[in-house]
Amino acid sequence: MSLVFLIFIPILAALFIPLLFKRLGQIHTGWFVLLVPAALFLYYATRLPSVMEGGTYVSELSWIPSLDIAFVAYLDGLSLLFTLLITGIGALVVLYSIFYLDKHREQLHNFYVYLLIFMSAMLGVVQSDHLITLYLFWELTSISSFLLIAYWYTRDRSRFGALKSMMITVFGGLMMLGGFVLLSIMGGTYSIRELIAQAPELAQHDFFIWALVLVLLGAFTKSAQFPFYIWLPDAMEAPTPVSAYLHSATMVKAGIYLVARLTPVFALSEVWMWLVAGVGLFTMVWASFFALKQKDLKGILAFSTVSQLGLIMSLLGVAAAAYHVEGAADSYLKYAAFAAIFHLINHATFKGSLFMIAGIVDHETGTRDIRKLGGLMSLMPVSFTVALIGSLSMAGLPPFNGFLSKEMFLTAMLSLQEFNMFSMDVWWVLFPIIAWIGSVFTFIYSLYFVFHTFAGKHQPEELPKQAHEAPIGMLISPVLLAALVVLIFFIPNLIGDWLVKPAVAAIQPFLYDSPQNVDIHVSAWHGFNTELFMTLGIFAIGGLMFWTLRKWQHLYDLYPDAISLNRLYDEMMLLSDGGANRFSRIYMTGFIRSYLVYMFSFMTFIVLLTLFLNEAFQIDFSNLAPIGVYEIVILLALVGATLTILGAKSRLTAIIALGAVGYSVALLFVIFRAPDLALTQLVIETISVALFLLAFYHLPQISRKEERMKFRFGNALVALGVGVTMTLVALSAHSQKALPSISEFYKETVYSEAGGGNIVNVILVDYRGFDTLFEIAVLGIAGIGIITMIRLRLTKKEGQHENK
Amino acid sequence: MEIVMSVAIGLLFMAAVYLMLSKSLIRIIIGTGLLSHGAHLLLLTMGGLGGTAPPVVADGVSVSDYADPLPQALILTAIVISFAVTSFFLVLAYRAYQELGTDNMELLRGTEDYE
Repeated sequence: MSLVFLIFIPILAALFIPLLFKRLGQIHTGWFVLLVPAALFLYYATRLPSVMEGGTYVSELSWIPSLDIAFVAYLDGLSLLFTLLITGIGALVVLYSIFYLDKHREQLHNFYVYLLIFMSAMLGVVQSDHLITLYLFWELTSISSFLLIAYWYTRDRSRFGALKSMMITVFGGLMMLGGFVLLSIMGGTYSIRELIAQAPELAQHDFFIWALVLVLLGAFTKSAQFPFYIWLPDAMEAPTPVSAYLHSATMVKAGIYLVARLTPVFALSEVWMWLVAGVGLFTMVWASFFALKQKDLKGILAFSTVSQLGLIMSLLGVAAAAYHVEGAADSYLKYAAFAAIFHLINHATFKGSLFMIAGIVDHETGTRDIRKLGGLMSLMPVSFTVALIGSLSMAGLPPFNGFLSKEMFLTAMLSLQEFNMFSMDVWWVLFPIIAWIGSVFTFIYSLYFVFHTFAGKHQPEELPKQAHEAPIGMLISPVLLAALVVLIFFIPNLIGDWLVKPAVAAIQPFLYDSPQNVDIHVSAWHGFNTELFMTLGIFAIGGLMFWTLRKWQHLYDLYPDAISLNRLYDEMMLLSDGGANRFSRIYMTGFIRSYLVYMFSFMTFIVLLTLFLNEAFQIDFSNLAPIGVYEIVILLALVGATLTILGAKSRLTAIIALGAVGYSVALLFVIFRAPDLALTQLVIETISVALFLLAFYHLPQISRKEERMKFRFGNALVALGVGVTMTLVALSAHSQKALPSISEFYKETVYSEAGGGNIVNVILVDYRGFDTLFEIAVLGIAGIGIITMIRLRLTKKEGQHENK
Repeated sequence: MEIVMSVAIGLLFMAAVYLMLSKSLIRIIIGTGLLSHGAHLLLLTMGGLGGTAPPVVADGVSVSDYADPLPQALILTAIVISFAVTSFFLVLAYRAYQELGTDNMELLRGTEDYE
């Protein structure tokens, strides 16, 4: 119970934010918010020692028992690692935002409410063991991301970016839901742990491959993999703390989490390995290549994030290979999963700090356009140092943590040569080569980011503001993260034991039954091997290309926008928008008549279909009442009056003919032994005709004579259809009695039970008293409506007089 | 008799629908009036037109001789409600004339460019 409850703490805290903002506006609301992630971080950190030993925690809160849906919080190595990232980075980001967002000008209550909702959602995603609640939290992260990107909602670009991210991630989420449903059908359970336990049987199922592809669509859209990454650069319109938090450290890693979590379920499949490793690696090289095209600081970071996510994704793909190899725990294949998790931690530290620096540069100079920036090194020394540490770590240089995970990444890619299934023996060599090319571009854009901002010539005339160093509070978070970047380089095995190995054991439970069995030792130096030469190659080639960047960067402009993925998205949005609009305009004409035609036609169709399907066309001739002369005469009068209405030239004729129909009906009631009905009908008909005449007579300015209706074939056809249907229904209803009528009961008990003689009256006021009550209510409502409409006119006229 | 009634009911419904599909507000209201007459007769016919005595308890009449009271009770409710609806429609039409100066449904159509 307690673990489930903890997930909801941020959302509960969000309830108090508007109040705090309104009442204690002089204190920045962020200070209160800061308590939530900080306290949660400390609490979850206390769980580390036991999880490190391989311990897990489960707690369950039933939600919809009839559908077997429950909140199940499951804390193992993988969940705890993500939980600590969410709360830890969350605390730093909130601290940073306190100085980034002005308490007087910004709508802090909105901002922090969205942020706390996101925090709960994200905790839910990484802790849920139940597929359906996992999906619920997953979509909640999309929604809160939408709200946060559109935080400055008056800007067009913000709304555009918010919508784009939501369209793509929610599309993926729905696909994922489909995959989850298939999984639960196959395994007969919603629990991920139980699904993992029956993974070999699941792989034989027909749905398996569908579930796999659908789940991957969800993961790829969320983690911005090719070709879905296009939403992430546009999401950079969000305030920088949001970009640092959601769009680099946490939310975009939900897809990574999902792939890692479901690796034990799907890893047996060849398709899984090829898709995850292939798409990941391609994303890495594609995004790192296009990062150099960007002119916006956050744009560079966005593409770099896409690229790094691809890197982690590809490592998880390679990690799946370990399932197919005997003794993988002793081969080089074991490095992939470790490298993935280790790089995930490292990426969160260096990318978080870089985003915060980008925000600081934006804040203190007024622009993020890298062409206008330069020479800030001496003006902003602390920011420069942090940016340098982050960038060099991203580039993979020692002594920073990025170096270690980059080396392991290369090791893992090279380890594929030990793997000779799935035609890997032919293609494996592509993996290290593509990884190497991607790393070269990563090296270049890392240097591009830091040196084109901080080195070079200062151009004060281009900057909207006088550049200066950020306030100390704003620097705390990036400096802390940068310190971690350096620290992790020196204590990688401590981090490995505490955080990485428990997570690896969760990804590859068939290899390791406890985190201690993960036999991996990280060291900065491991002799002259292929990885080292590859790294040296990256530094040499990358350095050379960076040196000549200005000479070849303009080649990017040759890439035509017309065939970009963004263009495809825009065209698709326009098409679906315009198409839906045109389609609904075809039938939504604005004429009530059209809608009535749809309704009547559809009703006729449904009723006739039902009659036909149930073979209900029967006429029972045995039980008919005899045909009398009076009835025929009255019916002729009724039909004649009806035809008169149809052909009437003036409205007066029509109204009088309607009255004739009503009186004919009353006479029919007399003949068919319904005296109460006849009386009521006579009274009501008289009043109705009087009302009609009154309303009609007082109509102003409209000629009382009107031309005869034009004959319309379409309308006549619909009318004929309805008429025929009703005739058939009447005949059919009379001819067949599916159930005995309750009338017999009324007839027999009316005197003994209700003490009345007039059966109809007794039914109305006694047996079916409530019907009559509601009938009176309808009458009352109509009366109130009528009075209101008449009064409405009076008040309006008075108002007009006043205006005049 | 029921067959003849059924045909008459069909005719009433047909005329009612045809009127409701016309342009003029007053015809639409007349159409709804006809529709309710048709519905009342339909109820009556569905229950069967047999029975030799009105459904009022009297000496010397056996239970099977009474006309079916249930459709009658339903119709009684329906008559009152259709009256309420008709008068509401009438006032609505009347006010629409006064405010808009027309009863032509083509002209009462919502505007295209409401933005």
